[in-house]
Amino acid sequence: MIRGRDLEKRYGRKRVLRGVDIAVVQGGFAVVTGPNGSGKTTLLRLLAGLALPTRGDLVVEADRSCIGYLAHEPLVYPELTAVENLDLFGRLYRVRERRERIGMLLERFSLWDARNERVSTYSRGMTQRLALCRALLHDPDLLLLDEPYSALDEAGATLLDRELEALAGTRTVVVATHDPERLAAFQSGGVALA
Amino acid sequence: MTYLADVAALTRKDLRVELRGRDTLPAMLLFVLATLVVFHFAIPDAAGDDAAYGLLWVAIVFTALLGLARAWVPEQEHGVLDGLVLAPCDRSAIWLGKTLATLAFLLAAQAVALPAFVLFFEPLDATAIAGVLLADIGICAVGSLMSAMAAASRARELLLPLLVLPLAIPLIVGGVGAAVSADGERFLLFLLLYDAVFAVLSWASFEYVVTE
Repeated sequence: MIRGRDLEKRYGRKRVLRGVDIAVVQGGFAVVTGPNGSGKTTLLRLLAGLALPTRGDLVVEADRSCIGYLAHEPLVYPELTAVENLDLFGRLYRVRERRERIGMLLERFSLWDARNERVSTYSRGMTQRLALCRALLHDPDLLLLDEPYSALDEAGATLLDRELEALAGTRTVVVATHDPERLAAFQSGGVALA
Repeated sequence: MTYLADVAALTRKDLRVELRGRDTLPAMLLFVLATLVVFHFAIPDAAGDDAAYGLLWVAIVFTALLGLARAWVPEQEHGVLDGLVLAPCDRSAIWLGKTLATLAFLLAAQAVALPAFVLFFEPLDATAIAGVLLADIGICAVGSLMSAMAAASRARELLLPLLVLPLAIPLIVGGVGAAVSADGERFLLFLLLYDAVFAVLSWASFEYVVTE
């Protein structure tokens, strides 16, 4: 599903990614590891189509409607409520039975009681859970997760573990993380960035 | 129809965000009123009507710039623009939604500014008001695109006026012409043409502004 060879990304003179190869088959679960500044986020942005490689070949066999992307930032409007945010993205992603799907995700990520509160009043962990709901809203074939465990408490992390366990094998997942041991049970491949 | 539904959802979102945050519209209202008050006391009585119409346009353009400078701030916070760009909707719908929301804010500011202008300076006829409305469409269409370009830059507050003001000059020519010329309809046609050409250009080029 993903084939990248000798990927390089530069921003001006600064090279943030060099000589990266990645291959993930359909249904594969790849973990991207590396120290801070090694280009994990940049690699996921390339895979999502938000940036283009400066050099190298990259093929991602999924169009925008099939990609779920969890970024460092939550990609939601702080002035809107959880329901309003998910409803907006649900419309843009043409999610069928949108309200039911939103309700189900909010329940699953323990945000139902706070569904009508503005995101600006959420804790960092709640915002991260909402960001996960947004990434999963359209039931994507390819899921790109950038540090999904950041800001989650143990209960949130367990919820995410359960979600990833259900997705492993049925969806293609690429996760950038500092904690690869946590994902070892699902992992089928990986990229270690220097 | 799906395209229009996307535009409606995005416009509604912008209006809702502004209604909750109240970041842009109050500033635009206060700015345009304060500018007209300053002009009222700064211009000598003998300056004549034409000078007053010119100053109205100064107030309108800078009020629009104020709104445009904040137009993409909600998308910059929390990186929401990436989320919108990734969505499978036509990306020009993002621009159109933003343009319509900015236009709504500018019209709201002018609903206060135009009566204030009449109170402080001169009456406005239908042609002059039509000129203002047509220029609003043009400045919001071009401005939303330029604002998105500027938003990607670190010096966005400096860059936006440099990008928008040269493109707004024909709008000022048309707007002032519609207000002061005996042949105001000709200037309205000019504004209409400007709106059509620049709206299409902005609509078509937005995708290239928000993607690499």
